[in-house]
Order: sequence, then structure tokens, then C-alpha cells
Amino acid sequence: MARLPITKTPKVYVGGAFIRSESARVFPLRDAAGDFFANIPQCTRKDLRNAVEAAAKAGPGWAKRTAYNRGQILYRLAEMIEARAGEMAAAITLGGTTPSAAAREVAAAVDRLIYYAGWTDKYEQVLGNVNPVAAPYFNFTVTEPMGIIGVIAPDEAPLLALISLIAPAITSGNTVVALASTTQPYPAILLGEMLATSDLPGGVVNLLTGFRAEMIPTFATHTHLRAISAVVNAAERKALALGAAESVKRTILLKAEEKRDWFASALQGVDAIRDTVEFKTTWHPVGA
Amino acid sequence: MLVRSPQAALQRLFDEVGSVDQIGIDERVAKYGTRSVKKSAKLWGLRTAVTMVDLTTLEGKDTPGKVASLCQKALRPHDDASIPPVAAVCVYPSMVRHARRALGNNSSVRIASVATAFPSGQAPLKTRLAEVKAAVADGADEIDMVINRGAFLAGEFGRVQDEISAVVTACGTATLKVILEVSELETYDSIRAASFLAMRVIRPGDFIKTSTGKTSLNATLGNNQVMLEAIRDFYLDTGVAIAMKPAGGIRTSKQALTFLIAVKETLGDAWLNNTRYRFGASSLLNDLLRQLEKEKTGAYQAPYYFSEAAESY
Repeated sequence: MARLPITKTPKVYVGGAFIRSESARVFPLRDAAGDFFANIPQCTRKDLRNAVEAAAKAGPGWAKRTAYNRGQILYRLAEMIEARAGEMAAAITLGGTTPSAAAREVAAAVDRLIYYAGWTDKYEQVLGNVNPVAAPYFNFTVTEPMGIIGVIAPDEAPLLALISLIAPAITSGNTVVALASTTQPYPAILLGEMLATSDLPGGVVNLLTGFRAEMIPTFATHTHLRAISAVVNAAERKALALGAAESVKRTILLKAEEKRDWFASALQGVDAIRDTVEFKTTWHPVGA
Repeated sequence: MLVRSPQAALQRLFDEVGSVDQIGIDERVAKYGTRSVKKSAKLWGLRTAVTMVDLTTLEGKDTPGKVASLCQKALRPHDDASIPPVAAVCVYPSMVRHARRALGNNSSVRIASVATAFPSGQAPLKTRLAEVKAAVADGADEIDMVINRGAFLAGEFGRVQDEISAVVTACGTATLKVILEVSELETYDSIRAASFLAMRVIRPGDFIKTSTGKTSLNATLGNNQVMLEAIRDFYLDTGVAIAMKPAGGIRTSKQALTFLIAVKETLGDAWLNNTRYRFGASSLLNDLLRQLEKEKTGAYQAPYYFSEAAESY
């Protein structure tokens, strides 16, 4: 007897839970051949607001973890993706990517996480400093995570680009609210399932799917987001820059119009970690 | 031999004041959350909720300085001068004179003081009455008393009512709020019965209040609804309008608006002001300010833009 097909309801991963959009809206996702694949949550500004609340709750705990522990957890996330690499590659091919290119993208995403897992207990030595001063004081510059970072991923490289934007932010103890690729959201849905089993505390990474135009104004103006790391076009850059000026947040905006090789090692590094940390300089009297 | 039975006494009281359909109440209040309040109605609700807040600090670590800053916040909740002051500050009796000094004698913000061995009420009546009198003498406009739950659960209703009457007398001109401590009454039936016991001996304009905020279960929509319906039935029977104060556990604007919907749909507009309805809360005010600022600017606000931020970043 033929089995009834068991189809999956894609849900987004917010605050450590799998949720539908509060609006209950969805949009249809089609595979490369144009056939219906699944309905994806069409998140709204209120979902974004709720995700920011979840990120705020998770923030202090994540920032307080030891650097070593954050490294272990990022490594474990890479392990979780590696174990389901085939499934993830299949999700990427939905967008028309060849199977071999999709497999290469998954491998690169895993490697990128391992790379930042290594940085968690090392960036402080590179970015922090003991400053020379002309008085009997120690003068230290140390880094602190900024808080909640908004991430807007590009449509291309739906897994690798998303991870490349998220990983440096959480490496230093920030929390992230990310909007996944609109045309290829399914890898982000799968990534949520891997995040859930990765020991990363719920709320540290929150993934939304939906339409950029509905959420970018809120990304721009929400005062609780401390920085925006995004790949956006000219009109979106303007909206984000205006809102960010009003709410005094940092913007790291890459141009969507420019072609970029997400596999390139130039796109990873301590500079990307520096983008989402604040520097604190303290004076301390020299002891006898 | 005749034996006093608390169960029989409670049953007689339930028969007299009517019992509560628990499933019905729970379904009724679940519907309140589905009302969509937007734009100008939301703005009105948020501002009205601000004027209904009894800004509360009831901690062992309260200091005169902390109470003084609470009073400043009560008078001027936010930078935005168009936001009205709250209804009252609520403090321990020893802090009443400090609050009076901070607010002055002609303040629109009233001073409420918990008294009668708050929160347990387990002290001799003489001591409790002396505490009430001392708080009123120090300048309290309102007294929040706790009922004797031990006596209520033992079926000694006469004693419960006599004690409330004695406190009414000790209050003089001060408004009285009678805390039922619903979490210790256990059932909706008991909450309704206790509400009636209190309403029969307090004056028009006095309050019944859900909780001390010192136990695990505080004000919920369900027990708020039971008490609102008791107030409605008592008003329809006697024409005496009793006021209501839910306290504890109301932290978000959304919750506050839902409570106001319950008031509007149960008692009507006459209860939608701070002489008839109050919120006993401390963190609620910040969330109300946060949502008012959101409505004004269109941008979601970070909680640390408001005083008493609950988190470090």
C-alpha cells in the first residue's frame, strides 16, 4: 500500500523555538524546475521585534560565556552541519545550484564556522592592547560585544553568505537577528534545526524569512539593534543609513550590486570580528 | 455534638453569594486577548494605564533615597512632559513620611501604604490597627490592608469582617484597599466569597485588591474577572460602587490593555479611571512608556532608554 507523503512545515528558529510568523502568512517556495516545494513563513516587523526581545534575553548569558566555551559551541555547530551536509546541499540545489557547487558551499560554510571557532579566544589578543601612557598607570583597551546585531543576507550563496555574516558577530558574544535570503530561504530553515542541536543557547541566533521591503524599515529604526551587517542595494542602504543615524547604530553595508566571491578567504578574518565590538579603555594605577 | 465546620460555613457563604463557573471565566478571559486595539484607541489605553499605576516598591532594601526617586518618577514618568503622572506610589509604612516629603502636600500623586503586617497579616489586631493609624498620621492617603486568610479559610467570616471594619475606622479619611491574596484562597468560589465579605463592610470608592505580589501567583485575568464580576453584582444589588486593583505580575503594556478590556466589557466606562481601577506594579510603567514612545516615534525602543533598565545591555 502506498504511504501518504509526510511533508514538512518549514518554521523559523527564534528564541530557541520553531515558530510560524505571528501574522500566520506564508509564501510559496518553488524549486529550480518551478514546482511547488513548501510554504515559507512570511515574517513581519512584529516577528522582528519579538526576535530582538529573544536576542536581548539571550545576550548577557552568551557574552558571559568563556571565550573557550564559545569556541567549543561554534565548533559543535559546524559538526551539526557537517553531519547533515547532504541534506543541506540538497536544500541549496533548490535554487538551481549544481549538486557539486552546493556541496562545496556547505563545506565552505562549515570551514568558516571552524575558522571563527578558533578566533573566539584569540581576537582579544589582537584587538585589545596595553597602551603606553606618561604616568604611573596601566592603560588597557579591551573589547566588548555590542549587543544585538541585525543581519540581512544576500540572495546568492544562501548558506555561506548567511554564516559569513552571522559567525563573526557571535564569535565575540553578540546575539544576532538575521533575515535570510528571500529567493532561497530553505537553507536557513534547515540551519535553524542545526542551531537547535548545537549547544548554542536559544536566542543567540534568530533566523527570519520573508520579504526585505517589509522588514528593512524596522531593521533601520529599531533602537535595540546596535549594528546592521547587511548585503543590500542602493535604496536599502539609504533606508538603513537614515534609520541607523537616528538610532545611532553601526552599519556594515556591502553592496548587493557588486559580485563577490563568498568562498574567498578575504571575506573572513579578525576585521569582521572588529566590526561588531566596542572598545573600552580603562586606567588602573600601577601597584607598588 | 455540634462541631464547627469550615467547609459547611464556606458552603453557606457560596450558596448566598453565588458560585463561579471556572471554565466559563477562563474561556471568557481567553477571548479578551484576541481584541485588536490599535492606533488612537491603543494610545488612549496606554495613557490611561499610566494614570492608573500605583508605582510600587515593597522591598526590605528600600531606602528614603530610593523612595524619593520613585516619587520623582511618579510625578514625571518620562522626559516627555505630555505623559501624565501616575495615580499613587505604594510603599511600606516606615517610608510614608519620606514619600510625603518628596511629593509635598499638594501633589496629584497619592501615597498608598501597605499596612496590617503586610504581607502575611499574621500579627495581633491591635498591632495591625496601630500600624494603619501610624501610616495615616505620617501622611498616607490610601491604606492597602491584607485580610486574615487564616480566619477566612477556617470559616470565621465574622472575624474577617470585623477586622476589616476596624481598619476602615482606623483609616479615617484615607481610602482603603483590601488585599484578598487570591493565591492563598485557592478557588474562584473563595475569591468571589471573600470579595463579597470585604465589599459589605468597606465604603463606596474603597478598593478590593488581588494580591500582595509576594506569593508565586499574582493577578491573573481570571481572578481579576471574578472580582470584577463580584463588583458588578454587588453594584447591581446595592448601588455601591467598589473599585478594583489587580497587583503583581502585570509587566507588559499588552497585559495592561487586556485588563482594561476586561474592565470595559464587565463594568463599563465608569470604571475606566484611576478612582475606580488601579494597577499595582513597578516594571509596568517602563513598558507603558516604551510603547508610548514607540507610538510617538514609530521606532521600537530599547529598554535601556528608560530608567530602571532590567538588563545591562
